[in-house]
Amino acid sequence: MKSLAAQHSLLADAAFQLDVLSQPLPQGRVFPAFGQRLQENGLLPLKPSQISILQINLGKMCNQVCKHCHVDAGPDRKEIMTRETMQLCLDALAESTIQVVDLTGGAPEMNPHFRWFVEELSKLGRQVIVRCNLTIILANKKYHDLPEFFKLHGVQVVSSLPYFTASRTDAQRGEGVFEKSIKALQMLNAVGYGQEGSGLILDLVYNPAGAFLPSSQQSLEAEFKRRLQQGYQIVFNNLFAITNLPISRYLDYLITSGNYEGYMEKLVNAFNPAAAANVMCRNTVSVGWEGSLYDCDFNQMLDLPVAATAPRHIRDFDLASLSERAIVINQHCYGCTAGAGSSCGGETVNP
Amino acid sequence: MEKSYYDPKDLAKFGNIAEFQPLLASKFFDYYGEVFKEGALTEREKALIALAVAHAVQCPYCIDAYTTGSLEKGADEAQMMEAIHVAAAIKGGAALVHGVQMMNKVKEVMM
Repeated sequence: MKSLAAQHSLLADAAFQLDVLSQPLPQGRVFPAFGQRLQENGLLPLKPSQISILQINLGKMCNQVCKHCHVDAGPDRKEIMTRETMQLCLDALAESTIQVVDLTGGAPEMNPHFRWFVEELSKLGRQVIVRCNLTIILANKKYHDLPEFFKLHGVQVVSSLPYFTASRTDAQRGEGVFEKSIKALQMLNAVGYGQEGSGLILDLVYNPAGAFLPSSQQSLEAEFKRRLQQGYQIVFNNLFAITNLPISRYLDYLITSGNYEGYMEKLVNAFNPAAAANVMCRNTVSVGWEGSLYDCDFNQMLDLPVAATAPRHIRDFDLASLSERAIVINQHCYGCTAGAGSSCGGETVNP
Repeated sequence: MEKSYYDPKDLAKFGNIAEFQPLLASKFFDYYGEVFKEGALTEREKALIALAVAHAVQCPYCIDAYTTGSLEKGADEAQMMEAIHVAAAIKGGAALVHGVQMMNKVKEVMM
């Protein structure tokens, strides 16, 4: 499977995706504007609460090509953050009170400067989260020691595992991904990740493998813990249930499978003002591989930079003016405000 | 077939039954919502029961709703199919157990 970009798909274009999301449906039906829903609930303009997380996308290169990937990442993507841009991130962090750095991609570990960057972040005393796809650990000999490297720097590992069975995981993330993910989880467990008292945090991420919403995070976590322990002696800390947002490859799936209208209807009907009040863009700033600033990773992929009132590149990073900006919203934001809410840390509303 | 007694879009109109009898509809939906809340049974178990019953009563709207509902509550395909087998076993058993009645009658009227 190739990325949408490599297929020269129209959906590889961010502007085209935004058009699809705002166009009326075949029978002239239009979903209410997301901004209107925020306004009705006194949340417009959406403003940051306290910015406490800097999420940095180290590039779109990945060893996997997952069907729901909002980044359209894959082995054919060459966009990658340079060491110079990483240095700008370090400079910005050194000057700011932000304590948590969330590294994502693609597979962030495939960036040639990844380890240097983690070491420098560690020296700055920041808490580092790595969005590890698990299979990268087994993809090449040079990555086999990643669990030890993560442990050395006290990195929090957050890994996608759509389900505790091979069929559903492989359907979303590619043939053989489940088996490799299980091996990688066992390697992480072996160095102490997820083990009680180790202080090494291993969290899993659940995305529905299809056109439906995630269930309660709490009950899913209990079920994942039971099944992974029983079947593979795997332990982990928390499970984050994340809703698939209707952009990029997942949008392509929704359209080609005939699920687009039904899924959007589900998201719109499940709009929850309490979830909207806790969306992740209120405490996070996202940095693109080329250093541009966005309200979240999804806006990044839709080429929707932060409002012009704030600096738009990491070299001009200024927490005060970023804290005052209005967050850029669009129809895809329904994905983060449905039901119990969705963020990179899972549900945004406690049950 | 252009026309059919069942239209998948009608599922979303379920709430419209209130149009002709608001009070009874409201009482039903309150009850319905309460039934499916987590209680002595988990929401997933309730969704699987609903899926099985949907097959037993052969309600296409309910099958549609509770297939997605079961997936959303975290059920896997094997659990969902097992639930349907439970419904099938009960339906099959219900037919077969009446065979005893038939046998009783046969024995009553035969020499």
